Amino acid sequence: MNKLYLALFLVACTPISVADTLYITLEKDNALAVVDGETGKLLKTVPLGQRPRGIALSKDQSLLYVAASDDDTIQILDINTLKVIGELPSGEDPELFKIHPNGRLLYVSNEDDNIVTVIDLEKKTALAEIAVGVEPEGIAITRDGKWVVNTSETTNMVHWIDPADQRIKENTLVDPRPRAAEFSVNNEWLFVTSEIAGSLSRLDVATKQITGKLHFKIPGVDKELIQPVGVLAHPNNKLLFVALGPANRVAVVDIQLMKVTKYLLVGQRVWNLAFSPDLKRLYTTNGVSNDISIIDVDDLKVTKSIRVGHYPWGIAVK
Amino acid sequence: MIKKLKKCVLFGALVIFSGYAQSQNVNIKLAFLTQKLATPPALSNLDPILTDKGVQGAVLGIKDNNTTGRFTGHQYDLKHVEVPVGGNVAQVFEQLVTNGYEYIITDVQTATLKSFFKLPSAKKVLLFNVSSADNVLRNKSCSANTFHMIPSDAMRADALAQFMLKKRWNKWFLVKGKDTADVNFAKALKHSAKRFGVKIVEEKTWNFDHDARRTAQADIPVFTQGSDYDVLVVADVKGLFGEYLAMNTWLPRPIIGTQGLVPRAWHRTHERWGAVQMQNRFYEQAGRWMNDVDYASWLAVRAVGEAVTRAKSVAAADIKTFLLSEEFSLAGFKGVKLTFRHWNQQLRQPVLLATARSIVSVMPHKEFLHPRTYLDTLGYDSPESSCEF
Repeated sequence: MNKLYLALFLVACTPISVADTLYITLEKDNALAVVDGETGKLLKTVPLGQRPRGIALSKDQSLLYVAASDDDTIQILDINTLKVIGELPSGEDPELFKIHPNGRLLYVSNEDDNIVTVIDLEKKTALAEIAVGVEPEGIAITRDGKWVVNTSETTNMVHWIDPADQRIKENTLVDPRPRAAEFSVNNEWLFVTSEIAGSLSRLDVATKQITGKLHFKIPGVDKELIQPVGVLAHPNNKLLFVALGPANRVAVVDIQLMKVTKYLLVGQRVWNLAFSPDLKRLYTTNGVSNDISIIDVDDLKVTKSIRVGHYPWGIAVK
Repeated sequence: MIKKLKKCVLFGALVIFSGYAQSQNVNIKLAFLTQKLATPPALSNLDPILTDKGVQGAVLGIKDNNTTGRFTGHQYDLKHVEVPVGGNVAQVFEQLVTNGYEYIITDVQTATLKSFFKLPSAKKVLLFNVSSADNVLRNKSCSANTFHMIPSDAMRADALAQFMLKKRWNKWFLVKGKDTADVNFAKALKHSAKRFGVKIVEEKTWNFDHDARRTAQADIPVFTQGSDYDVLVVADVKGLFGEYLAMNTWLPRPIIGTQGLVPRAWHRTHERWGAVQMQNRFYEQAGRWMNDVDYASWLAVRAVGEAVTRAKSVAAADIKTFLLSEEFSLAGFKGVKLTFRHWNQQLRQPVLLATARSIVSVMPHKEFLHPRTYLDTLGYDSPESSCEF
């Protein structure tokens, strides 16, 4: 009997690494790569619509949404069968999108039309179209659901949208060609990457003003090649990871000091980032080298790179 | 069917334009001045003669500026003025200045632009040159109020020479036409060849004045005999004979220059760095592909827009100061920020090397080192420039 208790005790206390699955859109293959996060093994490749880019899981993790940009739609996939079971009226050329914490609203930028479309996921209808600046790109939503922001690449602004009435309440001018945006986990700050300026801006959510800025500098890498794109906040509210595009590196940023603590060499033209659910691993999609890199988050070391297909773009992790 | 359904759904959606209502709209007036030229002889029926060159780019730039302007309270307007062949361009220019236009985009000949520089009225306004690639405008005939949005002949020739150096195609056979533009480009090619250690082993002027379409097979093999070379480099800006060199040379050699592999500010095959969106937006508006002058015109309007937004002023003097400041940078779908060279007010930008249906390379390559930025390995650098403001 005692032995059984001991066994149960051991089972309960052994740290169990939860296996995670990565879903990666392959822009040039019109396909989805499915990878085991722990082993880094490519499990399978599934066909998708044309030029798949943005990707996200539904709140209950039963569905996958994929923006098929050249088909002007967001496809809905069943997570178990990976079959397309429906579509969302995304508007033209959907690229990046995010799902509101309420699980019901999806915000997508329509780059060619200067619009952000709000989609009701239950009714599968477009609820609103919000006129924004030229070439809308990044979308970020606070964890408390109070703010949705959109960046416009040519207008160089952050548009602050109130999800209560889907109206823009404020606009903040940022550095040239803003790409991705990410809120700090406590909803206090917003981080925006500017591709052409090679900078990261920290905005205060309360005042909507820029309170900190950093320009990335890597010895031996031409400053023109440092083009920050994807950005991801660690839930510890201390670290931020920034993908630097053709500089082939991910920057680790201390968000209080707005200083880079480390540059991690990954694949070519690193675009988007995602954590494993246990926060042990960070995954990067590398568009030009056709692979993903796996970073050990505790050691801040790149452990592996895996070829997944042509132009890996977006990534979702279950 | 699915598309149709989607449209129906969207039709019911609510389009929201709000939250950026500005109390007062500040108006910014831009003018686009076109000097009409006699139509060159048509040698190919492939390319239609464009009547809206440049201005389509400016119109798109105005749309983009006004989208931003909705949030910042600025309204941009464009007035397009065309001067017929033989008309008095300077008079029209002065009229624009009198009517309060402070930002004038010029698609005029080099001599015309030079004549503007002498006018007292030109001192009060900013000019944006979108079509003349002439090096002289960036050197001894430069003007302190003029910004050059289009790459110079020197930048284009350097882009070609750099790529040839990388390929080790170091022996050039230069063929040039008789037009001033041809002679200027040939001069630029020779300057670049010297700069990058390329040897011009043969140089000939195309003197034939009959229709090259009919006689190319007979003339060109004979014309291209002489020393052995790696590439045939052609300077034929109007395209009177250059298109017919390919596959007709005596030796099997590639063609570069104004035909074959061409150095361009923009090309319809360019799709990197978000250029696809730009290509689509332009095509949708103009019903044709964007060319170099359209792109330069779009950049001119966007440069003014960017400066107005960030400098928070609409006065030409403030805009000029901002355009030349460290804070100014323009995103132009070329993967790097575009800025102005303070020594001649030429816009720094990569040059695309393209063939008819593909981009071969984007120059300069980062291996061409420069203490300031590798972009300054194209065109006249500060110590070489004879421009004095």
